[in-house]
Amino acid sequence: MQDLGSAFMAAIALVRDGDAGMLAILGLSLRVSLAALGIAAVVGLPLGALLAVARFPGRRAVVVALNALMGLPPVVAGLLIYLLLSRSGPLGHWGLLFTPGAMVIAQAVLITPILAALSCGVLEALWEEYAEALRSFGAGPWRAVPTLLWDGRFALLTVLLAGFGRASAEVGAVILVGGNIEGFTRTMTTAIALETSKGDLPLALALGLVLMVIVLGVNALAQGLRDVALRRAG
Amino acid sequence: MVRRHLVLGLLLTGLALPAAAQERFITLASTTSTEQSGLFGHILPVFIRASGIGVRVVALGTGQALDVGRRGDADALLVHDRAAEERFVAEGYGGPRRRVMYNDFVLIGPASDPARIAGTRDVAEALRRVAARQAPFVSRGDRSGTHAAELRLWQEAGIDPVQGRGQWYREIGQGMGPALNTAAAQEAYLLSDRGTWLAFRNRQALKVLVEGDERLLNQYGVLAVSPQRHPGVKVKEAQAFIDWITGAAGQAAIAGYRINGEQLFFPNAAPPN
Amino acid sequence: MLPIRAEAVSYAAGGAAILDEVSLTIAPGAPMLILGPNGAGKSVLLRLLHGLLRPEAGRITPAAAIRGAMVFQRPVLLRRSVLANLRYPMALAGVSRAERLRRAEVALAEVGLSALAGRPARRLSGGEQQRLALARAAALEPEVLFLDEPCASLDPAATRAVEEIIARIATRGTKIVMTTHDLGQARRLAGEVVFLHRGRVVESALAERFFAGPASAEGAAFLQGELLW
Repeated sequence: MQDLGSAFMAAIALVRDGDAGMLAILGLSLRVSLAALGIAAVVGLPLGALLAVARFPGRRAVVVALNALMGLPPVVAGLLIYLLLSRSGPLGHWGLLFTPGAMVIAQAVLITPILAALSCGVLEALWEEYAEALRSFGAGPWRAVPTLLWDGRFALLTVLLAGFGRASAEVGAVILVGGNIEGFTRTMTTAIALETSKGDLPLALALGLVLMVIVLGVNALAQGLRDVALRRAG
Repeated sequence: MVRRHLVLGLLLTGLALPAAAQERFITLASTTSTEQSGLFGHILPVFIRASGIGVRVVALGTGQALDVGRRGDADALLVHDRAAEERFVAEGYGGPRRRVMYNDFVLIGPASDPARIAGTRDVAEALRRVAARQAPFVSRGDRSGTHAAELRLWQEAGIDPVQGRGQWYREIGQGMGPALNTAAAQEAYLLSDRGTWLAFRNRQALKVLVEGDERLLNQYGVLAVSPQRHPGVKVKEAQAFIDWITGAAGQAAIAGYRINGEQLFFPNAAPPN
Repeated sequence: MLPIRAEAVSYAAGGAAILDEVSLTIAPGAPMLILGPNGAGKSVLLRLLHGLLRPEAGRITPAAAIRGAMVFQRPVLLRRSVLANLRYPMALAGVSRAERLRRAEVALAEVGLSALAGRPARRLSGGEQQRLALARAAALEPEVLFLDEPCASLDPAATRAVEEIIARIATRGTKIVMTTHDLGQARRLAGEVVFLHRGRVVESALAERFFAGPASAEGAAFLQGELLW
C-alpha cells in the first residue's frame, strides 16, 4: 500500500516537474510507436481489406496464420529482428541494431498482423453489405479495397488504437533490438523494466502510471475526433 | 535491391532518430552491474566532453555482452569474467584484454540469517552452511560475470548446488536487479556485486552478511571488438575509449564515483605493455 | 447494350432450381415489370440480367460483365455524403470530373435532394435514401436500369415519389426493368409484363393485355390475389 502511495506521489512529481529525462523518454516512446503504427497501417490495413474482399484458395489459411501471428511473443519477434539487423545478419549493413529504427521495425512487425486481422474482421461485415452494389458499379476487389478502407474509417480507428496500445505497451522486443541505451533507445517500457530491476519499484510504477495516462489520452483524443467526424459524416 | 534496402533503412532511422544523437559514437556492450550502479552516468559525460565521441551502452550479462561482441554488434566491451574474456580473445574476436577496475562481490541474505553465516569472512564456508541448511539461494543462472563468479565459489566450497535445483537453489536466468528483487521476496541468499547492491532500493529484509574474502574480488576488463570479422566495427573510436578509461583521466573519473560517500569501483588499469 | 436477350437461362442455389429455362428479350420501350408471387425467382432473374450472377445453363447477350445499372430493394449507400455517393460510380465509369459534378447536380434536383447534398447519406430517411439510390443509378445514364422491389420498404407517400422518378427516367429513354409484388404499382408503371411462376416465364405480354385478362390460369389467379407462392 505504501509503495502504491509513493508511486502516485512520484508520478505526480514527474509530471509536475516536467522531468526532462522522462519527457525525452516519453517523446521517444510516442515517436517509435507512432512510426511503427504508420508503417503497420500502410501494410496491414490494405492487407486486411484485401483479405476481406478476395476469395482465393488458401485464404482461410492466411487468416488463421494472421490470427496466430497476433499472439507472436514480442521476444520472438525481437529476436528475429535482432538476428536480421545484427552486423552478422543479412541486413547488418543498415547499421540499425540498437537504434530507434530497429525498435520501429520490431513494433511494426508485431502489430502489422494485429491490424491486418482486426481490419479484416471489421471490413468483412462492411463488404457483405457493399459487395453487390460495388460489383454493380463495376468495382473489382482491387477497387473495393480503398473504398472499404475509407468507408470503414471509423471502425478502423479502433483497430489502429488497438495496434498503438500494443506497440506502446511492448517491452520484450524493443529492449532486445533497441538495447535500452540511455538517452537514445530508452523508452517508457524499457525504463520501467530498468527501474524495476534497480529495485526502485515506486519510480517504475510512477513511469507506468504516466504511460497509462498518455495512452489513455491518445485514446480519448482519437475517440473524441472520431465522434465529431462521425456526427458530421455518418 | 541493396539500394532499396538502404533507402528503407535510412527512412526508418530518420523516422525515429532523436535530435540529440551524436555524429560519432561507439556501442559499448557492458554489464548490468556497471549500468545500474550509475557508474556510466557519472563517467561517460566526462569521456564525451573530452573526445566528442558518444557512447551507447547496452547493458547485458557478461556472457550476453561477449556474444554481442562476437556478432559484431558492439565496438567495445566492458565486462567482468576473466576466463570468458580470455576465451573471447583466444577465439580471435577481439582484444587485447585490459584491466580497468575492480570492486567486490558480497554475499547477501535475510537479516534472520537461517544458515548463520553472518560474521564469517570465509565465503566458501558460508556457502557450505547455506547448502547444509538448504536455505533458499537465488542464482543469476544467466552466464553473467556474477553467475560465473558464483559458480567458481561453489566449486571452491566443494558443493554442486545443481543438486538443490528446483528446491533451495533457484536459478532465475535474469539480471542482478531481478535476482535481488526475487531474493528480497523469498528471503533468500544470493551473490551480488557491491555496486548494484548499493544502488538497489527494494532491499526489504536483505543485508550484506559476508564480505572481504579475497575470493570475492570482482575484476572488470575492457576489450575492443576486432574489425577482422566485422569490418563495420569502429576501431579508432573504440580504441580512444579504451585508452581513456585505462588512462589517468578515466581512472580518476572511476575513483570519483561514490554513492553516499562510498566508493563503488577501484581503478586498477595495468599500464599497456 | 439493348436488346438484352436471355436464352434458356437456368439457375439453381443449394440444389434447388430457382430459374428453369427462362427466355426473354429486353428491347427499348416502356418499362418492363417482372411479376410473380414470392419465391418465383424475380430477384435472381434481375441479378442474372444485370450480370451480378452467372447463369448455370443458357446464355445472356450481350456478354458484358455488368449490363446497365441497378437499384436494390434496400439501398446500399456509402458512408459518405449524398454528393459523394452520386459521384462514386460515375468516377468508376470514367466520367470526367466536371461532367460528374454537372450530372450529380441535375440528378439531385430531379429527386429533390439538392438541399441535402452535403449530408451524410446514411442519415437520410428511407424514402430519401431510395431516391438517392435512384439518382445515383440514373446519373450513370444507363441504357437499362434494373430495379429490385424499390418501394418494398417505403410508406405510400415515399412510394409515390419514387414512382414519379422512375416514370421520368423512363421517358428519357432509359429502359426500366423492375420487379414488384405491388399490383397497383405494376398497373401504374408497366408497359410490358413478364409473369414468372416457380422459376418459369408463364406469360410475357403488353401490360394492357395482361391486366385485361391473362392468358394463363396462374396469371389470372395471381391477379385475383389467390396465387400465394
